Amino acid sequence: MTVIEQVTRRAQARRVTPRAPSTRQRWTRRLPLLPALIYMIVITQIPFIVTLWYSLQNWNLTSNARAKFTGLSNYGSVFTNANYRSSLLVSVEMTAVAVIVSMVLAVALALLLNQKVLGRGVARTLLITPFLIMPVASALLWKTTMLDPTYGLVNWLLSPFGVHHVAWLSTHPLGSIIIVLIWRWTPFMTLIVLAGLQGQPLDVLEAARVDGAGAFVIFRRMIFPHLRPYIELGTLLGSIYIVNTFDEVYSMTQGGPGTSTTNMPYYLYEQAFQAYNIGGAAALGVVTVIIVMIIATFALRLIASVFRFEEAVG
Amino acid sequence: MTASALTRPRPRPRGASRKAKTWSARVAWFVLVWVAAIAFFLPVLWMILTAFKPETAAYSYPPKWTFSPTLSEFRSVFSRGIAPFLENSLFATLVSTLLVLVLALPAAYALSIKPVGKWRDSLFFFISTKMLPIVAAIVPIYIVARDVHLLDNVYALVLLYAAMNLPIAVWMLRSFMLEVPGEVLEAARIDGANLFRELTRVIAPIIMPGIAASALICIIFAWNEFFFAVNLTSTVAATMPVFLVGFITSEGLFWAQLSAAATVASVPIIIIGWIAQKQLVRGLSMGALK
Repeated sequence: MTVIEQVTRRAQARRVTPRAPSTRQRWTRRLPLLPALIYMIVITQIPFIVTLWYSLQNWNLTSNARAKFTGLSNYGSVFTNANYRSSLLVSVEMTAVAVIVSMVLAVALALLLNQKVLGRGVARTLLITPFLIMPVASALLWKTTMLDPTYGLVNWLLSPFGVHHVAWLSTHPLGSIIIVLIWRWTPFMTLIVLAGLQGQPLDVLEAARVDGAGAFVIFRRMIFPHLRPYIELGTLLGSIYIVNTFDEVYSMTQGGPGTSTTNMPYYLYEQAFQAYNIGGAAALGVVTVIIVMIIATFALRLIASVFRFEEAVG
Repeated sequence: MTASALTRPRPRPRGASRKAKTWSARVAWFVLVWVAAIAFFLPVLWMILTAFKPETAAYSYPPKWTFSPTLSEFRSVFSRGIAPFLENSLFATLVSTLLVLVLALPAAYALSIKPVGKWRDSLFFFISTKMLPIVAAIVPIYIVARDVHLLDNVYALVLLYAAMNLPIAVWMLRSFMLEVPGEVLEAARIDGANLFRELTRVIAPIIMPGIAASALICIIFAWNEFFFAVNLTSTVAATMPVFLVGFITSEGLFWAQLSAAATVASVPIIIIGWIAQKQLVRGLSMGALK
């Protein structure tokens, strides 16, 4: 805040209330906030600024050569190197498919769970479990006991439908990871959509039903418009989380076969911790931040609107 | 909404036929709900079942649903040296959660009960950090940790997990503090309570359920965290997820043991999550939804 701003603000404040808070009072007010704020700035913001600095350097931890300033050349390779580009595409495909399918399933499941059904609470509890289980644990078990070509549960369940001994992870590696992501994130989105559904007064829907509106019309004209902000919020938050997928890739395929499941986070990990290419990894990190920030801007705006609504009501 | 769609006259089922229809609809809903719930729960159920199988029964086609349960795989998991990993996970999770609460309670106070100027900006700064991809920060974090000798040190995880969960806790606690009745706070202030007393004696007892829920959510996320753990620890400070990926090289031989280890790693958190499930939405949507 500039000095002039401060002065004018103080003047404005004086006009409204005879006793404006003094500088000292304002700082005592701020005091409880400061530890958390400073902590977050130090731990989360400074590393990003340093990343930006590293991304302009040619620095490899394996060589003894000092870091060398190279300008934007690392960014050049982000967009020209085929592996970088492929990791970008894998990330986009993984995120888009997982988010869309999870959201469609989530709306269906939330509509189901919103019905008065025997044992609804227990069903809901079981349904959210995939989101609670340690991702590394579930990914390893999907890889082995679920998707194994010979002994896997999935092939056994699908055998009545003519599917026999499919080696899911080698024939459909990306698809397998996406299936696990859908399984893990659908519960999360279901909870958000369900929160939206439960905010809609039932008597209005009942009135529409009594007036003879069909289920489809009620959904399209009444439920869906009400759910829209929640669906958007779930989609955006889901995208932000799923773009960062690392655990499943590390545990199930290690980015392979070839580079078919190497997404941006995993590629960055390989660059930093296997190739020790600090500059390249940093540049990739900056690009990832930019992509995520674009999604996050929409998410923040949406949260702000939901949030203002909440303030207005409560 | 067009009125015509809703007011169009339509033959309505009456009497017995209508009753039968709602009854069959109820059965259909019931079946659908439970099929979906069981489908999503199946991999977890299968993990727990496999954990109690002898290793030979884990490899069978068709898969075995009945077997004589054994604890031998749990025993071998513990003899494989799971204990230090469990201890590290427990330490990193609990200490980071404590640190989060110590930092978040006063911050939430300054953003709700006695709001600072521009409190909205601060609030949004907190969630915006939650949206930054962690991977992008790992390189400098690794290099700084190396230079200050915090590599393979559980305190590095404590500091990072606290930063990871602090925004969620601030948002959640703030939303609970907004519900504290103003008269209570007035009374405390007239009594001349300072900030510390007001927080610990007046506010904390009222929002205890909220504090507990926030803590549980922090515990879930810290316990399950893998990316920092695998990159910043190796032998001394490694946590449970790192123990589990140690099976990657040998999993071809030890499905039942892997399931037992995964069960040990997951079941406590699953139970905590079930307890906190009502608050989960609030935490996951950064307090935007209740």
